[in-house]
Amino acid sequence: MSNTAWETLSNQAVAMAGLVYFIALLVHLAEWAALRQPAGELVAAGVGDGSGKGLETVASQPPRPASETGERIAFLGRLGFLLTIVACAVHFVALLGRGMAADPNRVPWGNMYEFTVSGTFVVTLLYVVLHKRFGLGWMGPIVVGFVLTVLMVAVIWLHDEVAPLTEALNSPWLVIHVVSAVIATGTFTLGGIASLMYLVRMRAERRAAAGERELSGWIARTPDLPALDRLAYRVHAFAFPVWTFAVLITGPIWAHEAWSRYWNWDPKEVWAFITWVVYAGYLHARATAGWKGRKAAQLALVGVATLWFNFIGINYFSTTSQHSYAVEQFIDAPPAAVQLPNLLLSEPGHDEFGS
Amino acid sequence: MTTRPSGDRPAKPDARERRPGELTAREFARWIWRQISSMRTALILLLVLALAAIPGSVIPQQGVDSLAVTRWKDQHPKLTPLYEHLDLFSVYSSPWFSAIYLLLTISLVGCIVPRLFVYLRALRAQPPAAPRHLTRLPVHASYRTDLSPDEVLDRARKVLGRRHRLRLATTGDDAVSAERGYLREAGNLVFHLSVLIVLAGFAVGGLWGYQGGVILVQGSTFSNNLTQYDDFKPGGLFTQQQMKDFRFSVDDFRVDWLKKGPRAGQARKFEADLSYKVGQSEAKDYTLKVNHPLNVDGTEVFLIGHGYAPVITVRDGKGDIVATGPTVFLPQDATFLSFGVVKAPAAKPGQIGLEGLFYPTFEMVDGDPVTVFGDDLFPTLSLLAYTGDLGLDDGRSQSVYVLDKSKATPVEGEDGKPFRLDLQVGDTVELPDGLGTVTFDRVDPWIRVQISQTPGKGVALVGVVLALIGLCMSLFLRPRRVWVRAVAVDAAGTGPDTDDADAGDTMDGTGGTRVEVAVLDRSGNGETDEILARLLAQLQEAPK
Ligand code: HEM
Repeated sequence: MSNTAWETLSNQAVAMAGLVYFIALLVHLAEWAALRQPAGELVAAGVGDGSGKGLETVASQPPRPASETGERIAFLGRLGFLLTIVACAVHFVALLGRGMAADPNRVPWGNMYEFTVSGTFVVTLLYVVLHKRFGLGWMGPIVVGFVLTVLMVAVIWLHDEVAPLTEALNSPWLVIHVVSAVIATGTFTLGGIASLMYLVRMRAERRAAAGERELSGWIARTPDLPALDRLAYRVHAFAFPVWTFAVLITGPIWAHEAWSRYWNWDPKEVWAFITWVVYAGYLHARATAGWKGRKAAQLALVGVATLWFNFIGINYFSTTSQHSYAVEQFIDAPPAAVQLPNLLLSEPGHDEFGS
Repeated sequence: MTTRPSGDRPAKPDARERRPGELTAREFARWIWRQISSMRTALILLLVLALAAIPGSVIPQQGVDSLAVTRWKDQHPKLTPLYEHLDLFSVYSSPWFSAIYLLLTISLVGCIVPRLFVYLRALRAQPPAAPRHLTRLPVHASYRTDLSPDEVLDRARKVLGRRHRLRLATTGDDAVSAERGYLREAGNLVFHLSVLIVLAGFAVGGLWGYQGGVILVQGSTFSNNLTQYDDFKPGGLFTQQQMKDFRFSVDDFRVDWLKKGPRAGQARKFEADLSYKVGQSEAKDYTLKVNHPLNVDGTEVFLIGHGYAPVITVRDGKGDIVATGPTVFLPQDATFLSFGVVKAPAAKPGQIGLEGLFYPTFEMVDGDPVTVFGDDLFPTLSLLAYTGDLGLDDGRSQSVYVLDKSKATPVEGEDGKPFRLDLQVGDTVELPDGLGTVTFDRVDPWIRVQISQTPGKGVALVGVVLALIGLCMSLFLRPRRVWVRAVAVDAAGTGPDTDDADAGDTMDGTGGTRVEVAVLDRSGNGETDEILARLLAQLQEAPK
């Protein structure tokens, strides 16, 4: 297959994946809508009993439908998940195509478009892989909706043709650094969704308690608060060391080789550091009385915000970043021009000719 | 502690009166210390650190991009003094930013050192004895078996002993106590202490390291001493003795230009052939590439930029060569349109200064001169000439990249307009008024290298790697305690905890042993139910 063919395939696969995500989203939304039927029709659907028992309780008890509605809900849930798996596979083809289209072939992490397509792929992949173990069925619509939105942003605003890597990116550290950063990003995003649900459910529970009614609708299908908190913690606890590895070990090693300084407070580095510190704060918050639960969950959301801001936003905010992949560069930003005011005043030997 | 205010004893009449809540200096110090080393303070300091890091990513930083700082200052003359006052152009070395992380460091020491001692003591302690009512713990189970209590406890010791530390058995015990996951806290301690190691490594680099940059034209030689650098940023405690004795020459420089595809015009595969010599040793060759620095005895040389140096020869009115050789032109953007200056103060009858642009691949597009490619396919110079006083005679130092035109006048052509020289390689142009001639001989490439010493980088690396290991231990190990109690159930059915509802099933049989198992997760995140189920299965398995 020619490079152009691979690139076309990749573009088509992204569109295709988007379409399948969209259908999956519709199916999940139909599932949610069905869940909103009068509560009486459903027997408390596999919700944790509030005793703080493991997530497994939730996972191993799929909604027990009392009627045909229940069956339909279960069917829609399974269909939505199946579609997500299909979309995930097509999504992978899109990435593969990007890598194969380049000359020479390379990892598909050369520019923002490719980072974003990879990051969203990891979100879906993790969701699919962890679906059974952690009982993530309730998360379906949120994950699919998120991935679809970000993919659309990528296609509309970030799309870029396949091109060879800039020289500074041409390093084995690219693979190690970016793989870990992208995995951590995907995982933090999932953790953020769990924390978000924690806050949403907390509010719903408080409202329900005030109105003296049971939780109903899809919110009743999410795990109970302790289980959500534990899920969020687990996911973050996995992502945090990976992020540490990406931004505090491989990043500096690579920066040292490419730019001579392992840490230069470049805006991208600053925000990676901020993200890291915020998540360290989250882990502390979970161990601090008065910060457990709600405040910790809020911190996790701040973490995701800084993470995605760094991923996409900072490139538009600051032009001085050596990480501004969007900009065409030679080795990095024209260093001689940048250093102009620094350049020392005439030194013998560098001064006038002939004099 | 005689000074402690006490409510139950009337204050001595001669004692200085103390208002409620007033503390002695010592108590105050202790209170401060407790505040500083509390988890909540650590948390808040972490968040403050995150906030404090933000301005430096929005406002240009001196250490990152000094040109951007200058530009910003020009655009915001009103804000500049305020920003300078607040150190906003060098956030990460400012006193207030340092204060935050220093406080955090103190807090960390205050928190971790006491925990270290607690941990060392806990390491030697035995797992605690079983609580009286195991069935009151949140995660527990009980069952009946025909084995004798001793057999059950033996089995429990065997099963648990593989991966737990057991409490020493004493006669008359009716329970086994087991504990595991001691390394979690060790990991936590290692992580936090490693943060200190990283900070130390970072500080060493900042104090004793240096970075210097220099532009070297192909064919030139650099020897490592201060006078040869274009710019040099030493750490606070840097001394010249640190500089290693080496020199190198740039023998050749190659660039691979992409001629087609979406990135046509982009350059790749920058390679500079160096030959270098350390001290008096033999010369060696090295191909310097991006991502492949040359390490000379702890000092590293990086290739970080390149450009063009047109070779221009200026002859004065008498025909004498007054300036010749490659002149470094600085690229203005990614097209490598470059700007440069030639000065010939010794020229007679008048000094000659040239200033202008270099186009690597010149073309007229819609009447405008542009360079259509970064490669030097059709190199063209377009210069303006100046004469008069170039400001070089009074001994003040001047940048080689700037022409001082304050006392110089533009050379004019016959039409009265400024005289422009457009030259291709090989061209010679005669200046008006018998000032002389300018020849464009050829183009040499130059490279910009960064030369730096970063002591402490190994320390910092070891620190982060240790931190990562500690972190993983701390996050993934699940410390827990497990108790198994076995009590013979006599005919009257008086097992332990007969008040408990779970005990009901022991009532309908007589004899045998009632076994209670409880699991206490100490990290708050374990899958205790699963662990309990597995343990029960192992205990009840037929003995092998
Ligand atoms: C440079 C600043 C700090 C960073 C980056 C940091 C980071 C972390 C991280 C990532 C964790 C999670 C690992 C775990 O759960 O064991 C943690 C836990 C912990 N940190 Fe820190 N920390 C810092 C400062 C401090 C300070 C100043 C204290 C003392 C007040 C402290 C006390 C603790 C404690 C007690 C835990 C264990 C919490 C638990 O048992 O789950 N840390 N820290």
